Amino acid sequence: MRRALLLQLLAPLALVALAALVGTLVSTSTETYVINALVNVVIVVALYVFIGNSGVLSFGHISFVAVGAWAAGVLSMPVEEKPAIMPHLFGLLGEHTVGNIWSLALAAAVGAAYALVVGLPLMRLSGLGAGIATFGVLEITHNVLRYWEKIGPGLNTFSAVPETTGLLQASLGAALAVIVAFGYRRMRFGRLLSATREDAAAARAVGVSVYRQRLVAFVLSGALAGFAGGLLVHMLPVNTESVYLDLTFLTLAMLVIGGATSLWGAVVGALAVSAVDSFLAEAESGIHLFGRSVDFPAGTRIVVVGALMALVLILRPAGLTGGREFSVPLARPRRLLTKFAR
Amino acid sequence: MTVAVLNIDWQTLADATGLGAIYALMAVGIGLVFGVLRLVNFAYGQLVMAGAYALAFASEHGWSLWVGIPLCFAVVVTLSMLMDRIVFRPLRTQSPAVMLVATFAVAFLLQSIALLWFGPLGKIASSLATLNQPVTVSGVDIRKIAIVAIGLGALCLLALVLLLGRTRVGLHMRAAAMDFRTAELLGVRAGRVIGAAVVISGVLAAIVAVMLTVQNPLVTPDFALRDTILVLAGVVLGGMNRLVPATLGGFAIGFASGLLGGALPTNQSQYLPSFLFAAVILVLLFRPGGLFTREGQQAVERV
Repeated sequence: MRRALLLQLLAPLALVALAALVGTLVSTSTETYVINALVNVVIVVALYVFIGNSGVLSFGHISFVAVGAWAAGVLSMPVEEKPAIMPHLFGLLGEHTVGNIWSLALAAAVGAAYALVVGLPLMRLSGLGAGIATFGVLEITHNVLRYWEKIGPGLNTFSAVPETTGLLQASLGAALAVIVAFGYRRMRFGRLLSATREDAAAARAVGVSVYRQRLVAFVLSGALAGFAGGLLVHMLPVNTESVYLDLTFLTLAMLVIGGATSLWGAVVGALAVSAVDSFLAEAESGIHLFGRSVDFPAGTRIVVVGALMALVLILRPAGLTGGREFSVPLARPRRLLTKFAR
Repeated sequence: MTVAVLNIDWQTLADATGLGAIYALMAVGIGLVFGVLRLVNFAYGQLVMAGAYALAFASEHGWSLWVGIPLCFAVVVTLSMLMDRIVFRPLRTQSPAVMLVATFAVAFLLQSIALLWFGPLGKIASSLATLNQPVTVSGVDIRKIAIVAIGLGALCLLALVLLLGRTRVGLHMRAAAMDFRTAELLGVRAGRVIGAAVVISGVLAAIVAVMLTVQNPLVTPDFALRDTILVLAGVVLGGMNRLVPATLGGFAIGFASGLLGGALPTNQSQYLPSFLFAAVILVLLFRPGGLFTREGQQAVERV
């Protein structure tokens, strides 16, 4: 029993380590894709913490990624670069710069705080209402970050942010997210929340506050998403469009394709879809495959990912992993199976 | 903070009403499908986009309007039916949230197909450009399209009211929208009602495509995306569960964004989407049934 549990943590971690290992073996240009995939793992694990455990849909998590990226980006850009990119910044923000680790911690804190503010009213909703309201949050965040130039670059791009998210930082970040998500799921909070997902009425009947459990998960996943935003802004120049609808779609697709209700599914989905996506991104700029030159037109990526997502939803709604945690098929006790088969 | 001086002239008012009418039609298209299928169709805007590309395709080849507009209708209605058949029907037993994610995927899929097929730069649909010219009504210049949009919108809504109120399939549709399973038990044929709703919402999308291309002849892959997002917000504001409130919500949001977008200076109207979506969230929290519904008609979706 304990070994099975340990395996549920080690399998996703091993997958992250494998991705990191692949990253050390390939060329520098391919390494960028691996780093990106590892940052995607953090975002998708953040989505899993809330959506997977609560069963409530959220289109709004990319806004936590966005505020995390803004916090880390604004505060870690060198002071002398700030006036050129962000001329209208609040004085206090313009005069200070923090280091890499501090900016990541700050990104997580800002993500959590924003998720708390948003979650306090919104966690009363579920189903369709939650979907549309969180979509509204994404729209509002995008709109405000785009035009409010006192807190960031507005329409400009976050250039000149130190690019500290290399392979090491990305894989450590992904591992940290996996450990946090696993820990949460094993804690009382995580168990209660998944009880509300399975049967909200029964959970209420034994005294679980659905609202409070969802809020806890929302804030934790907001922190992880903000952290991912911090990693992202230290990886490549971010602007408002790179943390908006496309990223929302891509990360939700990863979660759905992998299997929303398990950590294993989140990691598998993030890495599998990232792999397909990077391959197609390369193919869009032309590659050699089986001795032939392949050159897909721009836009192929989203077509393939969209089609994959629709297919998985139709054929295997629980995702590639079936929404189950990792287990070795032989280790599963047979007696249990026959007992529940009746 | 300066107080905005509203600078409203007849042109702005007419344009806003025209936009409201177009949004009302989209709202009916979305509301009808939602009523019957419990499906919030994110991909509705991509139907409009497909219709707009059909029009652009026709005007690029120099075909007349009498070819272009039927082509637009054929493309949109076919696509609407295909979408239902291939994606939504297999998912009918899933929860509304899963279907919402699925329509999200379809929306992105169609948008990228358009990007692949037609490129990112966009095409010009200039077939109905003459409607953009102003006409003088009692000393006031108003663009013809605003008048056409208002007229056509009113006509379509009237036709829909008659269809829903006076015909058998309309009665079935209203019954199915109210309670699908009971309606089915009472002999309403589910397939036919769903088919009718899908076709009608496709026809409405085609009409919207024609009118939007007049206002904005440049057709890009994200054509009508912003409009769909706003209309969805409007439908929620008005009340998803009933057609009339949903339509009113669509009209209201089109009118408001047209009026404020035209009357406010840019540095104030740029935050308009934030206010609209804040309003949507407030309505969802405090009046989940919508603003234009009476008490007791509230959508019941409690866990």
